[in-house]
Amino acid sequence: MEESHGHIHHMDPEVEYSSSKLGMWLFLGTEIMLFGGLFAAYAIFRAKYPEMFLESHQELNREMGAINTCILIFSSLTMAIAVTAIQKGKRKMAGLFILVTIICGLGFGVVKYFEYGAKFAHHIYPDTNIFFSLYFMMTGLHMIHVFIGLVVLGVIMVLTFKGKFNEKYSTPVEMGGLYWHLVDLIWIYLFPLLYLVG
Amino acid sequence: MANHTIATNVYVSFLDKKGFLSWFLTTDHKRIGILYLISISFFFLIAGTIALLMRFELLTPASDFVSPHTYNVLFTLHGSLMVFFFIVPGLAASFGNFLIPLMIGAPDVSFPKLNLASYWIYLLGTIIMLFALLQPADTGWTFYTPYSANTDADVILITLGVFVLGFSSILTGLNFIVTIHKMRAPGMTWHRLPLFIWASYATAILQLLATPVVGITLLLLIAERSLGVGFFDPAKGGDPVLFQNFFWFYSHPAVYIMIIPAMGVISEIIPVFSRKPIFGYKAIAYSSLGIAFISFLVWAHHMFTSGISEVAATIFSFLTFLVAIPTAIKVFNWVATLYKGSIELHSAMLYALGFIFLFTIGGLTGVFLGALAADIHLHDTYFIVAHMHYVMIGGTVMGFFGAIHFWYPKWFGKMFNESVAKLSWFLIFVGFNITFFPQFFLGIQGMPRRYATYPEEFQSLMALSTYGSWILGLGILIMTVNLLKGLFSVEKAPQNPYGSLSLEWQVPSPPPLENFAEIPHVTDWSYGYGKKKEVDA
Repeated sequence: MEESHGHIHHMDPEVEYSSSKLGMWLFLGTEIMLFGGLFAAYAIFRAKYPEMFLESHQELNREMGAINTCILIFSSLTMAIAVTAIQKGKRKMAGLFILVTIICGLGFGVVKYFEYGAKFAHHIYPDTNIFFSLYFMMTGLHMIHVFIGLVVLGVIMVLTFKGKFNEKYSTPVEMGGLYWHLVDLIWIYLFPLLYLVG
Repeated sequence: MANHTIATNVYVSFLDKKGFLSWFLTTDHKRIGILYLISISFFFLIAGTIALLMRFELLTPASDFVSPHTYNVLFTLHGSLMVFFFIVPGLAASFGNFLIPLMIGAPDVSFPKLNLASYWIYLLGTIIMLFALLQPADTGWTFYTPYSANTDADVILITLGVFVLGFSSILTGLNFIVTIHKMRAPGMTWHRLPLFIWASYATAILQLLATPVVGITLLLLIAERSLGVGFFDPAKGGDPVLFQNFFWFYSHPAVYIMIIPAMGVISEIIPVFSRKPIFGYKAIAYSSLGIAFISFLVWAHHMFTSGISEVAATIFSFLTFLVAIPTAIKVFNWVATLYKGSIELHSAMLYALGFIFLFTIGGLTGVFLGALAADIHLHDTYFIVAHMHYVMIGGTVMGFFGAIHFWYPKWFGKMFNESVAKLSWFLIFVGFNITFFPQFFLGIQGMPRRYATYPEEFQSLMALSTYGSWILGLGILIMTVNLLKGLFSVEKAPQNPYGSLSLEWQVPSPPPLENFAEIPHVTDWSYGYGKKKEVDA
């Protein structure tokens, strides 16, 4: 933000950091509202059609869901380690742990690919019933967030290896981390609501 | 223009740099404000012209000017363009961008690049919208299911356009909240902030919390049409009323996204031209937040006739009346500020007074609609059309025009013709009332909205309304020409033509690129009129 087309800002790094942090938390709030609409729809339709939810949720593959939950929680851990590492100035370690996080995210996508594939093979689509509409919309929207997260983390990883961040300036790594934790957090709600609670 | 600037005082104005890219790639909040101002004004004029076409059709009972289907398309375009492309970004994005950093003593917003990105996203939304015009939707701006899920018209493109605009709105709101928290000049405490800033803050909160919900709603509507998802389709076990719940959960707060910045503008104009400190500063400041809070609890008052339970309707009706409290607090405090003031009827002040008068009518007729029994009769009639336009034109647009006339000299460093401005205000005020006041009577007599035809007995009132729309249109045309002509005038605006105490008037007109040569040190609020003034260094 130091150079912006003839319009030069001398922002105090302290202010810049706390501004970014506040902005990121506000953004995460909007994400909660976005998914909130779907969670509200879930609550309404679950109350209306408990039997449909019970029957349909048995079609979901709990093992795959559980594996993906573990993968995402683990990736949140590796991301947290990466943030701590860069705050201590350990660039290589930070970059490597972001890489592990990205690999986890890709793994999540692969598992999800097989899950969706299995559903389609059984002729289960978003228009099958309300439960599967919710299932595909919620996990689909979440998946889009995972992909966006992977792109963001990919850029941050490259910049980390290039040495753009250090113990004095690591804001983008932290912000990327916050976003990734949100993606993880949403899945932690999706998994029990869709796969476990009949 | 540049010659005059150099002749008088030596500084680089934010307008000095020329060329397309210097605008398209600008991260200067003042320029981005202008980009928004041009864009929203463009859509306002387009959508206003569409309204004139609709009123022209309604001159006679039969549909002889356009077909009923075309009429449906026209009101859909009028509503969508006015709501999503003009009035929601509206004052917040244009004047919010221009004024927030200047008023709080900052060089720019917190995230200038994000600010430019918001504008580009807005542009992307408008481009999608233009493509949507190829096969225009006929659903009305509310996109109610089941019709919007089944019509042959292209609903996906127009809703996608609105969805994209939502991002722009969210990012702008986010930027403003962080800016107001983090960029205030030393000494600019929360209780010294100009009331426009408080209003912008409340608006930004609404943008952040409400907009994602309409985003997901429109996404679900798109999924309904493209993937066969059935949340809103009774045949698939869905519920069309759920769409309305989702839609109004955003769109009611959105009403306040539209009006609160205008209230902020009025709170700035009135003390300057009354030469009195604003009365009830804290009451006005916190009532903005109060309106924002209550706005999340009243959405179902749009749905009293949609088949919601009586208990829910009663609760929502009660909560709706609560909105009147913070709103009335503002109106009473403005009137108290005027009381015994030394009033100068500048054109901006005329718009502010027009706002108080017309918005009060709009607000009070809203109480009729919030009452359950009355609403059953008045729902979806011309009464609601009149009420809504008294709030949106009588309120927001009056505030918008007031803001343009008030900050014009600061923004462009030029003056418009004040007598012509007053004349156009008069035409707009009179034309507006002739257009919309008869619609209250039409509505009470049972004339439903959104029809191209109507029974013979309504013709006199309908025709009166149409004549009024011509006066209103003429007024807006004269105002537009006057403002555009002012840009090319030789007369240079002084730094502070009204003797305002607010920070934006303490820098040259137009403001320098960097806003403040030195970040100011604030020692007092900006409403200390009529007393010994704090002299700024």
